Amino acid sequence: MAAEMTIDMTKTFSGRAPIQARLRYEVEASTVLILFGPSGSGKTTILRSVAGLEWPEEGRIKFLSRTWLDTKSGIRVSPQDRQIGYMPQDYALFPTYSVAGNIGYGLGALASHDKSKRVAEVVELFQLQGLEAAKPRELSGGQQQRVALARAVAPRPQLLLLDEPLSALDAPTRVQLRGELRILLKQLALPSIIVTHDWAEALTLGDVMAVMGEGQIHQVGKPHEVFSRPADADVARIVGVETVVQGQVVENANGLATVAVNGTRLKGLSSEAIGAAVYVCIRAEDVVLEQAGSGMTSARNHLMGRVSDMAPQGVMVQVTIDCGFPLTATITRGAVEDLCLVPGASIIAAIKAGAVHLVPRSVG
Amino acid sequence: MNWTAIWVTFKLASLTAGVLLVVGLPIAYWLTFSKWRWKFIVESVVALPLVLPPTVLGFYILVAIGPHSPVGRFYSDVVGHPLPFTFEGLLLASILYSLPFAVQPFAAAFEQVDRRLIEASWTLGVSKVATFFKLIVPLSMAGLVTGAVLSFAHTLGEFGVVLMVGGNIEGETRTVSIDIYDEVQALNYAGAAKTALLLLAVSYGVLLLVYAMNRKVWAVWPQK
Repeated sequence: MAAEMTIDMTKTFSGRAPIQARLRYEVEASTVLILFGPSGSGKTTILRSVAGLEWPEEGRIKFLSRTWLDTKSGIRVSPQDRQIGYMPQDYALFPTYSVAGNIGYGLGALASHDKSKRVAEVVELFQLQGLEAAKPRELSGGQQQRVALARAVAPRPQLLLLDEPLSALDAPTRVQLRGELRILLKQLALPSIIVTHDWAEALTLGDVMAVMGEGQIHQVGKPHEVFSRPADADVARIVGVETVVQGQVVENANGLATVAVNGTRLKGLSSEAIGAAVYVCIRAEDVVLEQAGSGMTSARNHLMGRVSDMAPQGVMVQVTIDCGFPLTATITRGAVEDLCLVPGASIIAAIKAGAVHLVPRSVG
Repeated sequence: MNWTAIWVTFKLASLTAGVLLVVGLPIAYWLTFSKWRWKFIVESVVALPLVLPPTVLGFYILVAIGPHSPVGRFYSDVVGHPLPFTFEGLLLASILYSLPFAVQPFAAAFEQVDRRLIEASWTLGVSKVATFFKLIVPLSMAGLVTGAVLSFAHTLGEFGVVLMVGGNIEGETRTVSIDIYDEVQALNYAGAAKTALLLLAVSYGVLLLVYAMNRKVWAVWPQK
């Protein structure tokens, strides 16, 4: 039997749409599942059900060969017996314990010598040396996040559950820790489930992604595939980034990076080094279409292409342009008429460098 | 001053506070964390001694432990003498009488503990009981001390329940408050004044301790 995670559950909270999630995916040593969706979509409830902190009225949760929940046969494994590492959104560090005390808290089963050895090991892994005696309230947000993660990882769990791991941090710290978290998760070789509403986190950290909206799972797939090929209009609306393509940084001058995407060059804002593999992410409403031969604009990117597809969406039309890679633009019906757009027509797509988002990706 | 009455009173108050610390914790834990929909029934029963006249409470306890009740008969069969008008009977009555003074501060303190901390502890493999002692108790220390001290202080001053259940037996159930009453009845105001002052001083000192401690915890450990 393939190593799998199965979640099939129904949970109702009064006054909200019931959460009905059905999800099955293959688990390898370090598979990261992203539960993606807006707040209130039910992703945290699913995570908490996997942790054993929430009890669905009905369903089954199975991780590898172990059944954690099966309402039909009455199996209810307590959170204590699931061997998981769980990090809630605001970390929930124990205020009466020091950093070392927090990290060692779940190691009660070990002899005191082994316990202090494991704490020292984890302190080093998370670069918390010198902070062992500090109380949580004396730490910065980034340090608290590392302690919370260290505490979850210390008892060597089988599965790591992270609820919005970076959302409590300020923006610069978040970008930095996003990269660190990705390296760490691969290093730990531990399957994990991460709840997030940030598409950059989903792309950076995820191997599999489940898009959620109003209690339902709408699509499951590789993150960049879900972003660039949403299954339906709901998914497209939830993810909100229509173009996600693979590229490579070929030049970087003071934070203005040039990326090559299948022969086409684009400029975007990023501090990624030359040679870095990235996802190029562009929202359709940030793309301006103009007729060939018009004058210079402030936009740094003018891409020549041909219209390959046009899909009406209410008063808007979603136009796909082949400019070396498929690029999606959303424009009004009036604009379509003014530009005389038909499939096959030549057009120039203009995008400001600030609207070209570069997210690092792992090669392979 | 009647040192025997003072000794009986302090012994009674200390034992009551001690027993309530043991008995009150699980009740308070259950009242705080149970999701049972009829929980308020138990909550009201626990709070009943706050509003009930001590004589009424004492009357029911007296009937409940008397020789005509199964509980009273069982006790006198096992121990050899009936429960009313003994120190043990008085202790039982005091525990019931001071129950809300212990349970309510305990429950209020547990209520303040962030559920997410408790859940984090569970996911780290720590059992519910171990979580209670490793996490909830240290975080509720101020409330636990408050509950113990208040039940101690409340027992010091009880009168009606003592009279109903304990009677007035020197060295056994004669407490300070009864002693003061007797002194006044005998028109010995000087003796009553001394004992009353002692009770006032001790009660005030105990409350000072409670308020100072809650204050200190609040200042050193600000709520976010």
